[in-house]
Amino acid sequence: MKKILLVSTLFLFGASPAHAMHISEGILPFDWAALWFVVAAPFAALGVRRLNALSRDDLAVKPLVGLMAAVVFVISCMPIPVPTAGTCSHPCGTGIAAILVGPLVSVLIAAVALLIQALFLAHGGLSTLGANIVSMGVAGSFAGWFVFRSLRGVGAGLGVAGFSAGLLADWATYAATSAELASGIRGDAPFLPLFGKIVVAFIPTQLPLGILEGAMTAGMVVLLQRKRPDLLVKMRVIPAKEATAHV
Amino acid sequence: MSERKRRWKIVLLHIILLPTVLFVFYFFTLAPRPWTGVDEAVVEKIAREHGREARKPLIDPGEGDLLLFVFLVAGVVGGFAAGYSWRMLVSEKKRGKE
Repeated sequence: MKKILLVSTLFLFGASPAHAMHISEGILPFDWAALWFVVAAPFAALGVRRLNALSRDDLAVKPLVGLMAAVVFVISCMPIPVPTAGTCSHPCGTGIAAILVGPLVSVLIAAVALLIQALFLAHGGLSTLGANIVSMGVAGSFAGWFVFRSLRGVGAGLGVAGFSAGLLADWATYAATSAELASGIRGDAPFLPLFGKIVVAFIPTQLPLGILEGAMTAGMVVLLQRKRPDLLVKMRVIPAKEATAHV
Repeated sequence: MSERKRRWKIVLLHIILLPTVLFVFYFFTLAPRPWTGVDEAVVEKIAREHGREARKPLIDPGEGDLLLFVFLVAGVVGGFAAGYSWRMLVSEKKRGKE
């Protein structure tokens, strides 16, 4: 109970109106908003299928999915002040979710979190929900998962791979947001200069925040390796021999 | 490490960490910066330059303390769910082993 209260208290620090990467209502024209819904839908559907398959195989996965859902929801509406830029933004949490429960379930988690935020917290729009799912859910999850798996494949340590995955998941999310925004609002203007302008504008805030997200991701993966190595083996995050070597 | 030492270590850690966290938040609150979100500083600003304005949300929770309250509730619910799931993952498993 004490642990629950401690975690709740820590999250309370982040409970204030957030303003960050989520694209607000009305920013994207209707056709672009609809296109991003079409892109996001199959990923969310596959996420539901994957979650059903995981739960069927092993009920112990449910608390992990619940933990990731809560982490992604809270982290992605937690405004963090960045002194170097004088602005606030938030990490995404999809990197750690993708590592632990897979990128498809991570997309589903992000979709649910974004829907609740758009409905009740005015954080991101409902019409732009598809675009936000694609940037935070699809781009963030798959970038994090791919980086983690690649680095582990070439022998990187769990902490290093986790850090890089968190960092690049965050940056990929903001790069995708920049692309969505540039393509939606450019009108007749060329895409690349506007895309570059938005990316550059994001850099002072997201550069340090990406590092923070990397550290959070690495910390969480390493902590879970200490507490529940069997779970990481089951989710194919680490090989069985690494878990036994650590115990 | 004995249980007594471990407890003292946790208490000392809290004595150092909690005031540090509070000071950091206090400092940020007083800092002479706007601390606007990047949605306002980047997304909406650039969108406005290209003729796109953000509309009011379909379900408008309002401004000021009401919005703060809604975020507070979201933080509590999310934090409780995270803590409960963490306990299910770690503490329950440990109890199962014993």
